[in-house]
Amino acid sequence: MTDKDKTTKEMKWDISGIKNWGPHDHELGSLIPEAGNARYYHTGGWRTEFPIRDEETCTQCLFCYFFCPDSSVLAENQKVTDFDYDHCKGCGICAKECPADAISMHPESEFAERVKK
Amino acid sequence: MAQTEAKTLAITGNGAVSLAMKQVDPDVVAAYPITPQTDVVQNFSQYVANGDVKAEFVTAESEHSAMSACIGSAAAGARTMTATSSAGYALMVEVCFVAASMRLPIIMTTVNRALSGPINIHCDHSDSMLGRDSGWLQIYNEDAQEAYDATVMSFPIAEHKDVRLPLMNMYDGFIISGAIGPLKPLSAEQVQEFIGQAPDYPRLLDAKNPVTMGPFDGLHGWYFEQKIAQNIAMDNALDVIQDTYDRFYELTGRRYEHLMKYRMDDAEIAVVVANSAAGNARGIVDKLRSEGIKAGLIKLRTFRPFPVKQYAEALADVKVVGVMDRADSFGAPGGPLYMEVLTSLYQEGQRAKAVNFIYGLGGRDVFPQNIEDVYRRLDAIAKGEQDAPRERIYVNAKGM
Repeated sequence: MTDKDKTTKEMKWDISGIKNWGPHDHELGSLIPEAGNARYYHTGGWRTEFPIRDEETCTQCLFCYFFCPDSSVLAENQKVTDFDYDHCKGCGICAKECPADAISMHPESEFAERVKK
Repeated sequence: MAQTEAKTLAITGNGAVSLAMKQVDPDVVAAYPITPQTDVVQNFSQYVANGDVKAEFVTAESEHSAMSACIGSAAAGARTMTATSSAGYALMVEVCFVAASMRLPIIMTTVNRALSGPINIHCDHSDSMLGRDSGWLQIYNEDAQEAYDATVMSFPIAEHKDVRLPLMNMYDGFIISGAIGPLKPLSAEQVQEFIGQAPDYPRLLDAKNPVTMGPFDGLHGWYFEQKIAQNIAMDNALDVIQDTYDRFYELTGRRYEHLMKYRMDDAEIAVVVANSAAGNARGIVDKLRSEGIKAGLIKLRTFRPFPVKQYAEALADVKVVGVMDRADSFGAPGGPLYMEVLTSLYQEGQRAKAVNFIYGLGGRDVFPQNIEDVYRRLDAIAKGEQDAPRERIYVNAKGM
């Protein structure tokens, strides 16, 4: 099963045949009859650099969480836990804004080795 | 047929349209003022301030913002109107395409005024013709009565489930917008009954059935099919518009058709013209008829969708047709209306001779004599005394 198939399956809107839909099959005005489905579209692949947070240096100020334009800093109980690498586009704003210099950016070529273990 | 017994008002074109807006009482009007549209929305803002209407009036900082606010408003499910002219319309155009592709039935009055430059505030049709391909329905109106009636009729057309497209109503700047003419208005109750409740279509502010609108087409590639769907809606609109005109006739006794024929039954020469110049042209038709010249007139009403078959039928027995454009398409075979009429004839396999007359650019006067000259020329061509020129003929232009 490819990532795209998984995406299709998670959505309530059945678009399994969309590749062959004609003009009469679409909702008027490109409407998608459910909300909040942008998360099913993984945009992490646009990245050329990815962030890594050093747990030891991090002061849990949550600046990165609030500055991230793509809601890709994950937090639980008011503490940063991880990045959402499926949607992080590698803009580096988190690294730039971090007052403790706890976040560093790395070339995407190292992603598989350093994050996807 | 129930005739209305309302007395006749003396009112400007803009006054007539703002009265219609008051009687419609849409949920939202978002607008920016521009000559010669200004008093349409100025009057409406007064109605809001006086508590005559329940509508929300949004004073936007530009026409781009006004149309954007209209899109947000209509997407939220609100009945939405606006008005503009000329450069204001040009500034809207980017988002006008979005309104049409999102299938939002926004109703806009576009009071025809020339586009710059040289900067010019007077009437021609270059503004609305700029939006020819924007996906909006376009209805052209001769006078205050037509503009008023069209405003009321817009809602059942644009909101129809088989159409769901935004709609523009045009009339001539100053000549109609600012000049006082007769108007037989409906009562507010009649207007409300005619337009009915806005239909229930998926909307952003329906928390129980949330939807996504205006999504990016990057995943599956459906842009092309959505464009085809817009064209299907345009095709559907032809019947919906005529049905609405027919229902309006039942209410008011005022008959509207996609194109308004005047003495066309046995006509050998005919003129096609839009908006206020049609009044002068009817007078000339009567004059020529009294001389035994079989002249007729077709007044443009529905421009988008363009009623191809109706034009071909109306011109089937005409020898020479003169198409009068109050806008030009530089470098094209002719003005926009000329090209539509020619295409209609060609698609139906007809070969009436057709001549393009460009008139009235930037508010240049078109006198009865100018229109008579047009007809005399068509008559000479029909009699074989002259050839039909392929080039545009500029009416009342200097030094030609």
